[in-house]
Amino acid sequence: MKPARFDYIRAGDIAEAHTALAECGKDARVIAGGQTLMPMLSMRLVRPKVLIDIMHLPALRKIEASGNDIRIGAAVRQAELMAWPDLRDSLPLLKAALPWVGHAQTRSRGTVCGSVAHADPSAEIPLSLLALDGAVELSTRRGKRRVAANEFFTGMMSTTRADNELIEAVLIPKSQACTGYAFQEFGRRHGDFAIVACAAVATDKSIRLAVGGVADKPTLRDWPALDGTALTDALDAFAWELDARDDLHATARYRRELVRQMGLATIEEARKCRA
Amino acid sequence: MPRLSADARHTIRFTLNGRAVEAQAEPRMLLTDFLRHELGATGTHVGCEHGVCGACTIEIDGATARACLTLAVQIDGANIRTVEGLAPEPGRLSVLQEAFRRHHALQCGFCTAGILMSLDNYFRRKPDPSEDDLRDFLGGHLCRCTGYVPILAAAMDAAKRLREAPTDA
Amino acid sequence: MPKVMSVNPTQWCGQSVERVEDAALLTGRGRFIDDLGVKPGTLFAAILRSPHAHARIAAIRADDARKLPGVAAVLTGPDVTRLSASLVVGVKAPIECWPIAVDRVRYVGEPVAVVVAASRYVAEDAIDLIEVDYEPLAAVVDPEQTLDPAQPVLHDGLKSNLASERAFRYGDPEHAFASAARRVSVTIRYPRNSCTPMETYGLVAEYDAAEDAYDVLANFMGPFSLHAVMARALKVPGNRFRLRTPPDSGGSFGVKQGVFPYIVLMGVAARATGRPVKWIEDRLEHLAASVSATNRVTTLEAAVDADGRVRALAWDQLEDVGAHIRAPEPATLYRMHGNLTGAYDIRNVSVRNRVVLTNKTPTGLNRGFGGPQVYYALERLMQRIAVELALDPVDVIRRNLIPSGAFPYRTATGALLDSGDYMKAFEAALADGQFAELRERQQKARAEGRLYGIGVVAAVEPSVSNMGYITTALTPEERRKAGPKNGAQATATISLDPLGSVSVHVSSVPQGQGHRTVLSQIVADELGLKPADIRVVTDFDSARDAWSIASGNYSSRFAAAVGGAAKLATDKIKAKLARMAAAQLNVGPDDIEFAAGKVRARGNPDNAVPFSRLAATSHWSPGLVPEENQALRETAFWSPPELTPPTEGDEVNSSLCHGFIFDFCGIDIDRVTGAIRIDKYVTMHDCGRILHPGMVAGQVTGGFAHAVGAAMYEEYAYGEDGSFLTGTFADYLVPTTMEVPEPVILHVETPSPFTPLGTKGVGEGNCMSTPVCLANAVADALNIDSIDLPLTPAKIAAHIHDAERAPPKAQATAPLAGKGRALRGSGEARVNVPPETVWRMLLDPKTLEAIIPGAHGVEKVADTHFRAEVTLGVGPVTGRYKADIKLSDLDAPRAVTLTGVVNGALGDARGAGRIKLTPVEGGTQVTYDYDAEIGGKVASIGGRLLDGAAKVVIKQFFAALVRHTGGAKPGLFARLFGRGA
Ligand code: FES
Ligand code: FES
Repeated sequence: MKPARFDYIRAGDIAEAHTALAECGKDARVIAGGQTLMPMLSMRLVRPKVLIDIMHLPALRKIEASGNDIRIGAAVRQAELMAWPDLRDSLPLLKAALPWVGHAQTRSRGTVCGSVAHADPSAEIPLSLLALDGAVELSTRRGKRRVAANEFFTGMMSTTRADNELIEAVLIPKSQACTGYAFQEFGRRHGDFAIVACAAVATDKSIRLAVGGVADKPTLRDWPALDGTALTDALDAFAWELDARDDLHATARYRRELVRQMGLATIEEARKCRA
Repeated sequence: MPRLSADARHTIRFTLNGRAVEAQAEPRMLLTDFLRHELGATGTHVGCEHGVCGACTIEIDGATARACLTLAVQIDGANIRTVEGLAPEPGRLSVLQEAFRRHHALQCGFCTAGILMSLDNYFRRKPDPSEDDLRDFLGGHLCRCTGYVPILAAAMDAAKRLREAPTDA
Repeated sequence: MPKVMSVNPTQWCGQSVERVEDAALLTGRGRFIDDLGVKPGTLFAAILRSPHAHARIAAIRADDARKLPGVAAVLTGPDVTRLSASLVVGVKAPIECWPIAVDRVRYVGEPVAVVVAASRYVAEDAIDLIEVDYEPLAAVVDPEQTLDPAQPVLHDGLKSNLASERAFRYGDPEHAFASAARRVSVTIRYPRNSCTPMETYGLVAEYDAAEDAYDVLANFMGPFSLHAVMARALKVPGNRFRLRTPPDSGGSFGVKQGVFPYIVLMGVAARATGRPVKWIEDRLEHLAASVSATNRVTTLEAAVDADGRVRALAWDQLEDVGAHIRAPEPATLYRMHGNLTGAYDIRNVSVRNRVVLTNKTPTGLNRGFGGPQVYYALERLMQRIAVELALDPVDVIRRNLIPSGAFPYRTATGALLDSGDYMKAFEAALADGQFAELRERQQKARAEGRLYGIGVVAAVEPSVSNMGYITTALTPEERRKAGPKNGAQATATISLDPLGSVSVHVSSVPQGQGHRTVLSQIVADELGLKPADIRVVTDFDSARDAWSIASGNYSSRFAAAVGGAAKLATDKIKAKLARMAAAQLNVGPDDIEFAAGKVRARGNPDNAVPFSRLAATSHWSPGLVPEENQALRETAFWSPPELTPPTEGDEVNSSLCHGFIFDFCGIDIDRVTGAIRIDKYVTMHDCGRILHPGMVAGQVTGGFAHAVGAAMYEEYAYGEDGSFLTGTFADYLVPTTMEVPEPVILHVETPSPFTPLGTKGVGEGNCMSTPVCLANAVADALNIDSIDLPLTPAKIAAHIHDAERAPPKAQATAPLAGKGRALRGSGEARVNVPPETVWRMLLDPKTLEAIIPGAHGVEKVADTHFRAEVTLGVGPVTGRYKADIKLSDLDAPRAVTLTGVVNGALGDARGAGRIKLTPVEGGTQVTYDYDAEIGGKVASIGGRLLDGAAKVVIKQFFAALVRHTGGAKPGLFARLFGRGA
């Protein structure tokens, strides 16, 4: 279980990363914390010709406010975001979701943007980004673009990032007044891939529920402030729409039921903490 | 921007347990193999090579890391600590190591180095963990021998002793 | 031998002394197999493994691999058969068992080729360059289905997949059943799992051509009966096969017995290359192909009195040993044969044992070894008896336990239960474990509407296996022909060096159980020394140590057998020293005592000689000592006389010692998720005399954690096509601190009369009792009559969740998913051209090239047969594949069946789809459904990727078809495909 051969480039600044990506394109993979990429390299599921290491770029290592958003650079580790003093106030959903990401020993290396780049359908960070209308900042030598989370994730481990683009940061809107946020997850063991993960955002006029672990990408629904059977019917329809499948760890039927019940519980929790 | 060629071995310089060391590795060499077979630091173990078991946990620049999820070339210039650097001096054990021995928190000892490195780092950040904190934290390690009960007991005991006599590493 | 009393101020045995092993292990100075250096010139091996569960190997092309710089050799089946002989098979059947596939692969992960190269990295590069042509065969994974004559037979030498069948009868079961008030039965399917030690297999093999001898260092754990199997396979006498073990081993739990085929394989590789060959198994190899416990289907029926007293048992066990019946199988099935009545006094038993072969990994030793399978059936049955007779399960156990004072007790099937007072231990557990309080807790929880269940289990834990039990698989006539096999020869050697310090050598091959510490306690007690004075050597060397076929670290034999042999060896040397001392101190040998580092006259401590001085005498002044008293080195061999061969009536004392366990637990089930929370777990053990309480506790908590894993998380899962689904630790779920609670451990101590120290084994009991205890609690909580392991949330929730409402109409055609990696789906599309045009396109290589996702060129083999090279992938996981596509059942221009086989390094897929073309206004309605099976590497390690991949590829194919025909009406495409499939 050893990786196939590749060249290694330690980018000294963002321009170097851009140049390397421009030259190598789809033969290159960017490595940041490596917590997901490394096993795939060792199992030879992924065989890049070049690995571009972006962990030594101070410019990418920042968490900063940018207008209404919090901008988290590509080299910010999950543990660093967890320890960020403003997390509770600015990003309460992330505060709730981050402890579910792997284990302390992997969060200390894994990056926030790396998880977004990997686009695992059961991962917590992409789900939170989607639920919060976040965006991904992609850049090349020629310039930057911003892609909304709901356009970024296209399927199982697939995104709209072009081969020559670098994920420079993710942008997550700050928490809003009179809005409640909640996150719930169920996995076989703590730290496992979610069987179902739910992120809810509630105001007195609206409900949003994003679900991970069921479809091949995180998926969300918006509703007006439904209650009672209107809400449970909506959840039922959503559960079916996610097109759940049987796998080793759970049946499709089970996943649908968790979307209904855990989804409802997450919405209720979000409503409760709206104040 | 240096591009390290896949086919060549490259010199990597870093600090290992307080000492400057250097050795050579191809870009694809895993840090576990590099530490164990190039530098002879075999205390760091390999249980899965896919980041799940925690046997290879070490400290890189003050943060815990799975050595099997790290490339040797990535640690050029870094400060690395491994289990070989835990004891205060040869023939003596640290408070944490002592606690593990006292509580029979190891049997085969294969998982132990990783757990010690994790806890050593954790106690410096969080000297007063609850048992639930520790359970959650140790959830990042697999041990097949002990059933975890003595490991938790040793960790609680070590944390307490370290709080009481924090200077004695 | 004069009787020498040692009056020690301190008795080391019984104390939880610090382990001598720990300082090195805690400081990173352990000496595990991969920590030891190798000779210059050593080569490193990697193994190419089968992605198929069953296939004929048509060709292996390894030239590119051989040409890769750094590669020394590539070995395949014929190389191995040329240089070695088949491994011994455990039953009388004309079948062979090689450590590498020969002509045919029979399970996913079976070795197909070995590359030996300058490094493991290069060896894996070379593996990538080997091309194998497989002709897939139908695979069978279910032990019941494999008996169906329509299923493929795995081995040419056999007429069916039934490798062994025997029936047994003890007492008068027919009469008991005929006259029983009630009959209660259970059928259980025990799944596959493994204790997966944290260190994988590893070995270094060397061959000396000048002496025609092998020298292998491996983290093997015994039993050393396999030494004979390996030497025979390597075609050398036993004295030319030197087997050594490293000083430390990272756990085994039985599993490291399974390194033995690789010892043969790498021995051959060393011989072929003339260089030492090192192989360290990686975790993916370990999960797919090391060994697993057997899966078993058991139907067990009881004849029961109205008060719950069991009069007879009828066992029907169907044992699945996987693709080969490899030594020591079918031992898993017979290890418990003497204990089929558990802790109960049941005199009438009938047994039918069948052993079958399926396309799964061959099985082997695994903690509990046969016990989990037996107790799952027996104790589920006891719970069902209570439910069906409306009795308290505790009363059913009480009514059936072997009565106090009945020991030694001969069970109906032949075991001689050495000692115990089951009733006393049982009542003590109920009282000290506060069972009554648990019942109250349950009532309260239930009153609150919670799903709270209680499980109770009694079990007998056998230890120190009779090496002859496996011959119960043979008929008495076959046994007579083969000669009797029995016993459990244990050995220990004690030696004195010129400075008078004491060394002990044993062949117990510890895997982390602190043997060195315990032996130093035992010997220190006997010689009046401190444990630190005794140096114990446990790294094994077949060319140096005293050993026998029974040596090794299995069947919990250490404390009872090896500890006992060490005591006997010490007694021998001590008697000699006592005589020597008596002469020097002018007292009789009976008046000598060993204490405080001195050998002295009893009652006159000043009349003494330092132990070390006395102990060195035979080195420096042998002339002073009569020959028969020379004390340099003594070896004790000990085999208990109670371990006799099976009788003509097939009664077998399968183990020497029998501990008693009584467990109970309370669990709580989450109504939403079906997750189990273990609220309380109490485990009572009588494991005889306890030498080191800390280590005994460690064995119990460690076994308990394995059992929690087996009960709730772990399963080696296979798809119906034999694809292996749990190839990483992300899918094979080993419990962590978060999942394993702390059990309440209770003890009573009834020493064994059959072992020198009164000790018994303790390491495996919870693997036998705990899974079924938790299952009984779940059955109680949910009030259900049958439940199999693992107790996954989805499985449990199926009993809790309300019936699901029908899907809203729009989702009526949501794709179905099959079991494992079998995928099914359907979809439709509308295109702007008539059916005839679509039809032509489907038969045209040019069009196919344009619409097959990732195709690099389509070659037409025949009108309805195409070959293509394709690049497929999900996100970053892409690979190049060869595709072979056939069209059949042509019904121009209405319908066609497309059958495809795709093969590549990352896996393979087979699928068929029926495409129907219906003319509609302005074009054609294309509908399709498909059925696919995916196997190989990705199926094992990244199953989650696959459902996505298949969906994406099929979706892309039809999207391209639509595009190629000039598209569909705007908006329609999105609507049709938006849902996937
Ligand atoms: S070896 Fe690194 S986590 Fe298992
Ligand atoms: S002590 Fe053996 S795996 Fe933890």
